[in-house]
Amino acid sequence: MSRRPYIRKLERNWWLGQRRYVVYMVRELTSLFIGLYCVLLVVGLFRLAQGRAAWDGFLAALSSPPGVLLQLVCLAFATYHSLTWFALTPKAMPLMVRGEPVPAMAIVGMHYGAWAVVSLIVLMAAGI
Amino acid sequence: MSEDVTLSILRFRPEVDREPHFQTYTVPYREDWVVLDALNHIKDHLDATLSYRWSCHMAICGSCGMMINGEPKLACHAFLRDYRHDGIRIEPLDHFPIERDLVIVMDSFMEKLSSVKPFVIAKEEKPLSDGEHLQSPLQLMAFKQYTLCINCLLCYAACPQCGLKEDFVGPAALALAHRYNLDSRDDGNDQRADVVASNEGVWECTFVGACSEVCPKHVDPAAAIQQAKISASLDWFKAWLLPGAHR
Repeated sequence: MSRRPYIRKLERNWWLGQRRYVVYMVRELTSLFIGLYCVLLVVGLFRLAQGRAAWDGFLAALSSPPGVLLQLVCLAFATYHSLTWFALTPKAMPLMVRGEPVPAMAIVGMHYGAWAVVSLIVLMAAGI
Repeated sequence: MSEDVTLSILRFRPEVDREPHFQTYTVPYREDWVVLDALNHIKDHLDATLSYRWSCHMAICGSCGMMINGEPKLACHAFLRDYRHDGIRIEPLDHFPIERDLVIVMDSFMEKLSSVKPFVIAKEEKPLSDGEHLQSPLQLMAFKQYTLCINCLLCYAACPQCGLKEDFVGPAALALAHRYNLDSRDDGNDQRADVVASNEGVWECTFVGACSEVCPKHVDPAAAIQQAKISASLDWFKAWLLPGAHR
C-alpha cells in the first residue's frame, strides 16, 4: 500500500507542559519589557529636544508612582534576562587558555565582573 | 511475587486508523528491564503488529528514540523502574510525521544532514603517498564532543523551533556542521555557510537549550549552534569590512 504519514499539529499551548519551556517563554517575555524601556529612553530624548519644560515633565512622569513601578518591573525583567544569559555564556563562548578549557564559573564570573565595572562607570557618569 | 507494569502506547496503522490512538499493554515488571525490553516483550508475546525501530540496545545506534512520558528518550536507555510509579506513556518522537506506530518519517532530517556537507573538505587533495592528515590532541579536543552524535533525533523532538519551523536545519545537523568547521583538516566553512548561516540555519535557533538537555551522548548541540552564530557574525563583518574579501 502507499504511505500515509500522519502529521501532528503543534498545539498553541505547547510550552505549558514542561518547566523548561515555561522558563524559556518567560525569558522571551522579558524582551518585551527591555524593548519597552528602550522606547522610554527614546521618548526621553524627544522630550529633551523639546526644551526644558518638556524634559522636566518627563522627569516628573518618571518619578510618579506609575513611572517608578514601570521602571522597577523593567529592571526586574532585565535582571532576570541578564542573569539567565550569564548562566548560558560558557556554552556560547567557551575559552581555551594554554590548551586547557577555562572553567564555566570563571567565564560566568568575568561577565559579572564586566557588568559591575560598566555599572560603576554609568553611576559615576551620572554623578551618583 | 510477580508484578506487572502497564504501558500506554500511541498506535497508528495507516491501513486501518484515521488518526493515532492509545492502546495499553500489560507486561511483567523486571528491575533490569528498559522500555525497549517491554516493547520487545509486547512484540514477541502480545501483539506482533506493534512497530518501532531498534537495533543495538546499548545507546549506540540511535534507532529507538521515542517520547516516554512526554520526554524524548532512547527506549534502551530508560529503565522501567524510573517510570512505573507514574505510569508509562509512549509516543513517537515529536515534530516528525508518524509513518506507523512509533516509527517516524525522518526523510527531512536526512536531507538537512546532507545539506551541511558533514565530511572533511580538505584544503588540498594530496596523494596517499604523502601520508596522513596529522592532527594534534589539542586540535582534536576542539571538536571531539560534537563527533559523538548518534543521529537519534531526540534533540529535534525536544526543540520547539523544529516543531514550529519545519525548514529549520535543526540541532544535530548544525552541530555536525560546526564539528567539521572546527576540524583543523577541514576547509569547508565557506561551502557550508549558505546553509549554516542562513535564516533556516543557526539564526532560526532561539537558544531554548532543550536539545542539549535531552542529548544522550552529551554532544551539547545548543553550544555548537551559539558558537556557530558568533562565527557566522564574524564572517559577515569580515566580508563587509575587509577590502578584497568576497561576499
